[in-house]
Amino acid sequence: MSNSTNNSITIDGREIPFEEGQTIMDAARAADIYIPHLCHRPGLKPHGSCKLCTVDVNGRAASSCTLPAANGQEIANNTPELKEVRKNITQMLFVEGNHFCPSCEKTGDCTLQAVAYHLDMLDGHFPQFYPKRKVDASHKSIFLDRDRCILCELCVRASREVDGKDVFAITGRGMDAHLIVNSESGKLGDSDISTDDLAAQICPVGAIMIKEHGYEVPIGRRTFDLHSIAEPGLEPVILRKGKHADE
Amino acid sequence: MDSHNGPDNTPGSPIRQQDHLLHHLYNIQQQFQHIPQQAISDLATRLALPISQIEGVVDFYSFFHRSPRGRYDILFSTCTSCGDLAMMQELCTRLGVSKGETAADGSVSIATASCIGMCDQGPALMVNGRTITQLSAQRLEMIAKQVESATPLDQWPAEWFRVQDNVRKNGLLLGTAFETGSALTAAISQGPEALLNEITKSGLRGRGGAGFGTGMKWKFCREAKGDAHYVICNADEGEPGTFKDRILLTSHAHEVFEGMTLCGYVIGAQKGYLYLRAEYRHLLPDLYAVLARRQQAGLLGRNILGQESFSFDIEIIVGAGAYICGEESSLIESMEQKRGIPRVRPPFPVTSGFLGQPTVVNNVETLAAAAQIAVHGSAWFNTQGSDKSDGTKILSISGDCTTPGIYEYPFGVSIQKILDDCGAEHVQAIQVGGPSGTLIGPDEFERKLGFEDLATGGSFMIYGAERDLLAVISNFAHFFAHESCGFCTPCRVGTSLLRNGLDKIVSGHGTQYDMDEMYRMATLVKRRSHCGLGQTAPNPILDALQRFPKLFEERLLHSDYTPHFDLDTSLAEARQLTHRDDAEAHLS
Repeated sequence: MSNSTNNSITIDGREIPFEEGQTIMDAARAADIYIPHLCHRPGLKPHGSCKLCTVDVNGRAASSCTLPAANGQEIANNTPELKEVRKNITQMLFVEGNHFCPSCEKTGDCTLQAVAYHLDMLDGHFPQFYPKRKVDASHKSIFLDRDRCILCELCVRASREVDGKDVFAITGRGMDAHLIVNSESGKLGDSDISTDDLAAQICPVGAIMIKEHGYEVPIGRRTFDLHSIAEPGLEPVILRKGKHADE
Repeated sequence: MDSHNGPDNTPGSPIRQQDHLLHHLYNIQQQFQHIPQQAISDLATRLALPISQIEGVVDFYSFFHRSPRGRYDILFSTCTSCGDLAMMQELCTRLGVSKGETAADGSVSIATASCIGMCDQGPALMVNGRTITQLSAQRLEMIAKQVESATPLDQWPAEWFRVQDNVRKNGLLLGTAFETGSALTAAISQGPEALLNEITKSGLRGRGGAGFGTGMKWKFCREAKGDAHYVICNADEGEPGTFKDRILLTSHAHEVFEGMTLCGYVIGAQKGYLYLRAEYRHLLPDLYAVLARRQQAGLLGRNILGQESFSFDIEIIVGAGAYICGEESSLIESMEQKRGIPRVRPPFPVTSGFLGQPTVVNNVETLAAAAQIAVHGSAWFNTQGSDKSDGTKILSISGDCTTPGIYEYPFGVSIQKILDDCGAEHVQAIQVGGPSGTLIGPDEFERKLGFEDLATGGSFMIYGAERDLLAVISNFAHFFAHESCGFCTPCRVGTSLLRNGLDKIVSGHGTQYDMDEMYRMATLVKRRSHCGLGQTAPNPILDALQRFPKLFEERLLHSDYTPHFDLDTSLAEARQLTHRDDAEAHLS
């Protein structure tokens, strides 16, 4: 049992320590506890938009990636109720876009797909929205397929915070919200993005892909064929697959 | 310039109102009837902002457009109190233009807007940003004629644009005369600590609906460290059915500005902003005149009332059609020339608000009340009201009653008393606090207004026995889906799923399964959304399912399941293309 001077929170009955300034997500990760998430990535500013990491803190709903850990928090994470909620949120992300896993090059490396499997999602459940979204193939090495975009803004933040550029942004409102490129023409080809940028590699789905590297890793040997999304410390592995480095 | 949604904005000198992106875009929209791509590029260079940030702002706010609107751009309110979509359809037919489209000659476009705050004098519309109230068939016909003859808006009859106060019942705030400067004089004689103490003792809580203690908010902000402190008056009164801030800004602007200045005095701010909803743009000339008079009287500017250490200025930022900007952190984002996306909280604005600095955001009515409390003291205020809700509340009453308008009551007043006063009979239901509030039926009319029972930001919409209440609920569902900012998944997708689910039931295609689904989704959206919009958007549906289940059940098909997809409807486009509408071209 901890003494009262130690900072600790309890997740699903397990008491774990935290340091001042950590969010619930930070503390959980440090203790190898998996909280499903899509818009969060260590090193980038927490966003709190996908809501997959929603937990119940002392009975109240909160995003674990943005809520600071505080002594004595009783947190429900891996419960049947939250699994159902997260499954529904994931289904929402599927039906609002155009996700055709079997024909998508990202399949097997896609975090959205992996999260869906993790949550035992078997169908989209809700009626499809079938939005009309634009593909941008103007860049010689990178393409942008907005059909698959889930508005997580990882690319927006990576470009700004890590690459020191400002290549991506979100425009529109509500269901019209969509990813745009910060260039005169609005085309990726006229932006200053390069394939080495984190923004070009961080996309958790198949919206931003490097050209001319399709199917280098065969299906069956891809990231989530070999790993579970709930595995601790998987980020570097996911990113490496994005770069299509051989194992 | 950091365009990221979040509290880590670099402190800098605030944007002057004449340089504000929203104001530039308004001027461009007025000149070209849309925002041309070239104008966006030019603005990006001139304001040193990323092109994508300006595009983001243009696409976020309802009153900016990327393709040309008509030289007369007419917007009908969709509000159940100040809207009349049948009239819109009539005008569309009369002028030969389809809803949402611009006439081929560029003369006119007709579309919808969320509640424009004219609920006591509707039906109402806006033409090129100016409000026309009390629409009738005759007035509509005359508007059509003015459009056809291309008469400049300035030459349209002035009485069409007249907006009335319609104050029906005075109370503590509306009924007490206010001498300009008296609150500041009282404040300076007491000093900031004593004034703060008085505000706290009065029990004044935020009048926007959330009800946070005003004294506590000011205290937190006063104690917060920063390079500068700011006062923001939230006049983005967007909750359908609410119009009381319009009256306060029309006839009590001195109280409001004096309340802002007082707040500046207490928290140590030198700058205040009034964030005004675009629908109230017609108030601007008078508001500027009041500000100028206050400047001349030494109540604004440097050394206020001769106090060397007390300087305070007020600027006005006008929004551009986005309900979400009534949420305080979205409002701050909008003031920072960005899309109005709610921030992650904590930190709260009192420690990290406008430009990352300690900021108080208060409702118009809260600030007006603070000014009166400074003059008359806390006891004057808190001897009225109920246990946990001190003072009075100004209500905007609209809908099915004989005298819609402004009513001020002490908290604790019963719903029935209000209904009696405004002449409402055979009432089926009331939406208290607007669509984000509570829907109640007759068996709850003995309930009382107050934070401990029925909280309200001021909207009070009455629906008589003749109303199709399910159509009202559906109207609200459409409203929230339209106004969702799109930041978080549950609200972005969920409000659209709820809207579609309700449409299916309203159109007679719903089953018990759809009811159950709607309840499940409404609960998820309410509990898991990021901000107050998503957390309250399902309220009308949940309230109606609980209190008026028959409304839904009467429309249900008696089968287990019917798909959303309707084969015959989906052939409509094919029929149109082939110019066929005979029986053979239909499936059922």
